[in-house]
Amino acid sequence: MRTLWEALGTVVDPELDQPVTDLGFVSEAVVVDGHARVRLRLPTYFCAPNFAYLMVADAYDAVRALPSVTSVDVQLEDHFAAAEINAGVAESAGFAGSFPSAGGELDELRLTFQRKAYLASLDRLCASLPSGLTLADVPPSDLLDAMLRRRSALGLSCSPDSPLLLDEHGLEMTPLRRRHARSVRLSIEGNAGFCGGLLRTRYLNRSS
Amino acid sequence: MYEKDGQRYFIVDGHIHAWDGRPSNQANRYGEGFINCFYDYHRNLSPASEVWPIEDFWQQSEDRILHDLFEVGYVDKAIFQPTYLTDFFVNGFNTTEQDGAITERHPERFIVNGSWDPRDGEAGLDRLEALAHRWNLRGVKLYTAEWKGDSKGWKLTDPWSYRYLERCQELGIRNIHIHKGPTIYPLNRDAFDVADVDDAATAFPGLRFIVEHVGLPRLEDFCWIATQEPNVYGGLAVAMPFIHSRPRYFAQIIGELLYWIGEDRITFASDYAIWTPRWLIERFVDFQLPADMTEYPPLTVEAKKKILGLNMAALYDIPVPALDAVPA
Repeated sequence: MRTLWEALGTVVDPELDQPVTDLGFVSEAVVVDGHARVRLRLPTYFCAPNFAYLMVADAYDAVRALPSVTSVDVQLEDHFAAAEINAGVAESAGFAGSFPSAGGELDELRLTFQRKAYLASLDRLCASLPSGLTLADVPPSDLLDAMLRRRSALGLSCSPDSPLLLDEHGLEMTPLRRRHARSVRLSIEGNAGFCGGLLRTRYLNRSS
Repeated sequence: MYEKDGQRYFIVDGHIHAWDGRPSNQANRYGEGFINCFYDYHRNLSPASEVWPIEDFWQQSEDRILHDLFEVGYVDKAIFQPTYLTDFFVNGFNTTEQDGAITERHPERFIVNGSWDPRDGEAGLDRLEALAHRWNLRGVKLYTAEWKGDSKGWKLTDPWSYRYLERCQELGIRNIHIHKGPTIYPLNRDAFDVADVDDAATAFPGLRFIVEHVGLPRLEDFCWIATQEPNVYGGLAVAMPFIHSRPRYFAQIIGELLYWIGEDRITFASDYAIWTPRWLIERFVDFQLPADMTEYPPLTVEAKKKILGLNMAALYDIPVPALDAVPA
């Protein structure tokens, strides 16, 4: 049976494309008598509240889906919008319900970053592969699986005869778009490193 | 001026502040959170020898600014970029007036930039004109993610933005610095999105758009648009200190910029007082792209001279002395 930690491991920071458990964003996760208590923390007080909302809501949903859990208490801490986010998630109000003036839900934002995550995963896989391949030409690997998961989430073709190098809209990549995917990957990986460093500064080197 | 190995580097620090983040000026928890967030940037990315106590970080005296930038920092000219944040700080965090007062006492050292917000409408256009005349503005710093009343930020492509950009053109304000910063209040879209810079740069070929922090954390989006728009520049504030903490990532940032937009459109900045220029300049002049990063153009001495000062000097018509090589 899936544990609480494993459930939280399915929650991904949309910007960094890594599980919140690997990023150090989960500061507390326990289940006592069916009651799950989870605390999340972020690298800065001003981390974008839209992404924060997605992570708290996804964590709430992932934990609530556990058969062994009967009640859920997921809270974001040390963030300027923590009160609104926590209350909104607990009431299933949605982002628009929690922030009426924000102008709508976050589906488009999530899609933008799913596309970026896909391009980055494609670059990771293809860094040492020749061009002109189809999916069937690529030997099995974790990198291939990771790319295919993201590609299928976007509804792009995953059939064996489909070109390996499809952009985020399903078009065959030009050399410039292929190079752009490299930049996307460097950017995401760079941001993850920066956020990790800030998290350590905030929580591990805290001065008095 | 910085000299190393017989080479002379004219230094323009394109992004500095004279701020007041002291508790006495913090209006609320947002102000406190804001300066603490800056301080974590400072602590996280500075070498240990360059980390200040928080009390020193809250505010810098004029003497300290002059010392850090010009006495020990090698800077020849520094450009103030205001950050008003009047909702967070009683007297504002870093206004044109605060920066301007220092600039007037040291006109040979500083350039002061202004700011505007298209949501201020007609009255804001008048204020921009007054600000431009008062401080002889040649540049502005804009912050599109700022919340105001019911508005969740604005875009450079908004009709009122175009009116402000037209007025800038008329007033001779040609340098438009854009900060794509974290949201202060919730947004349902990506506050770092630089797509509007693309359109504005096409619509106003006579203006120069300097994207601060080279679009970080959206470096890829910035490179994609900047490569298509000859009047878009990348400012290195916040990117520079990675040279210490994560040199390979810094090499990738510089490499990507060289690859996509080239050495003529990259500009140095310390983001003082988050970081100080001395160590950034010393390390940048010594910096080499790692040998295994073969896909990038070389980072030559000439490129470093352009990035550290000559590119920004050209944007602000700053006279540059002869940089002939000196005997080593």
